Amino acid sequence: MTGFVTLLYKELLRFWKVGFQTILAPMVSTLLYLLIFLHVLEEHVEVYPDVAYTLFLIPGLVMMAVIQNAFANSSSSIIQSKISGNIVFILLSPLSYRAIFFAYILASIARGLLVGLGVYLVTLIFFDVPLRLPLLALLFVILGSGILGAMGLIAGIWADKFDQLAAFQNFIILPLTFLSGVFYSVHSLPAGWQVISHLNPFFYMIDGFRYGFFGVSDFSPYVSLGIMAICLIVISTFTIRLLRSGYKLRH
Amino acid sequence: MSSAIEVKQVCKRYGSLSALEDIDLEIHSGEFFALLGPNGAGKTTLISIIAGLSFANSGSVNVMGHNVITHYQQARLNLGIVPQELVFDPFFTVREILRIQSGYYGITGNARWIDEIIERLDLSDKADANMRALSGGMKRRVLVAQALVHKPPVIILDEPTAGVDVELRQTLWEFIQQLNRDGHTIVLTTHYLEEAETLCNRVAMLKEGKIIALDSTHNLIGKMNSGNSLRLRLLPDALPFPLQALQINYSNGLYELQIADYTQMEFILSTLRSEQIQIMEMHLQQPDLEDVFVNLMRKSRN
Repeated sequence: MTGFVTLLYKELLRFWKVGFQTILAPMVSTLLYLLIFLHVLEEHVEVYPDVAYTLFLIPGLVMMAVIQNAFANSSSSIIQSKISGNIVFILLSPLSYRAIFFAYILASIARGLLVGLGVYLVTLIFFDVPLRLPLLALLFVILGSGILGAMGLIAGIWADKFDQLAAFQNFIILPLTFLSGVFYSVHSLPAGWQVISHLNPFFYMIDGFRYGFFGVSDFSPYVSLGIMAICLIVISTFTIRLLRSGYKLRH
Repeated sequence: MSSAIEVKQVCKRYGSLSALEDIDLEIHSGEFFALLGPNGAGKTTLISIIAGLSFANSGSVNVMGHNVITHYQQARLNLGIVPQELVFDPFFTVREILRIQSGYYGITGNARWIDEIIERLDLSDKADANMRALSGGMKRRVLVAQALVHKPPVIILDEPTAGVDVELRQTLWEFIQQLNRDGHTIVLTTHYLEEAETLCNRVAMLKEGKIIALDSTHNLIGKMNSGNSLRLRLLPDALPFPLQALQINYSNGLYELQIADYTQMEFILSTLRSEQIQIMEMHLQQPDLEDVFVNLMRKSRN
């Protein structure tokens, strides 16, 4: 247990020590998104009756920040350790594969949570954002950042170079995020795109999280929760196996 | 004597390249053991397999009786490795690194031992400095410190003195010898053969993935059939007939005579005296590990 706690502590300290870049910077960029989209779209779009576009947008942007930062945390930590070679200290240690997995995932969740909370608190200064079911929203953040933390771990283990990691981020994570309904309700899409959207796991994260705020969503939040829980279990099992196999980490 | 490291029939291939072939090696508890060989001989590959950083294609490895694959946690708790590459985590200070490293091994409240290692490795001035600010030699010391935080019974040092100044080399070896006296098993690889000769009681030499010699340092040197040799510059420049049987070489005015033992010295000197030949220059040469090494590497090439 001490080993796991230590690795978790180290991973938390790692992003905390560069908090300007890992917490403040993503908060600022998310708030910029909010300002720009509001300026352009506020008058033109109404997604749900009785919910202003501003308010609709905020949970989506918060979750988007959570997703991106949870992914960035584990993936950048692993690839930096791999490239600088100091991952050897973890590989030489008696830490179990599960302990390594959970330490990285929890650190990802913590960073996702911190950035998400930061963005939410700042928006509260300007807007009156309701939060009807805070615990449900929190559950979505934890599951979502857990899944992305595991994806980051896989990407970090797989990538040999920073540009491969960037490709993973730009060609997989970013499209899945942008096409998940951060900026729109999937009900506004043509039928075919709606089906495709339902194959995107990120859709359930955003949609369910939004339900936590307004009590309204495109899809049943409890089914979303179930789908995400299954996703997390599957991806976690896969990642722990990957760690055990030594893929790209041990020759 | 119980074994600290047991390597059985280990093979390792990288594609078609065979990095290690049927390695059998037993290192006993309390030994100071050297693993020697030219670059690319397989030393680091073997160490990686012992450390679990690399998986063997076949064969098995135990550390203090624990299999490095099936009981990897127990095996790793018993092992401290100083890697060859100068790697470090740029986010932390020396003390933070050592505290974190202790935690990985399940140890809390390790401050006293950490302070002792810091002091013994002359790191006190830099204990609270960030790793990035350290010179290469200092980083090397931190690597050694990291390998020792959990007081492992078996310590492997992969070229710990490569590119390290004389002072650190001495401090380091004094500390390591102390650890060996306290019962730790030490395995080292080095390109400085005189280090292996003075420190280690047993040596394995690797070449192209095979062990070509495995014996005590003393026996290996003793086996050098050349034995001692005596080089002489004489006036007049002529070797008397009775000594010609001993001559093995003559170059630049120096006669090289092979002597089986030192009692022959008297015979050589008295012969020269009776022939009224003066000795102008004299060198007595004893074989060292370097001769053994060069000799074996040359032999296995033929």
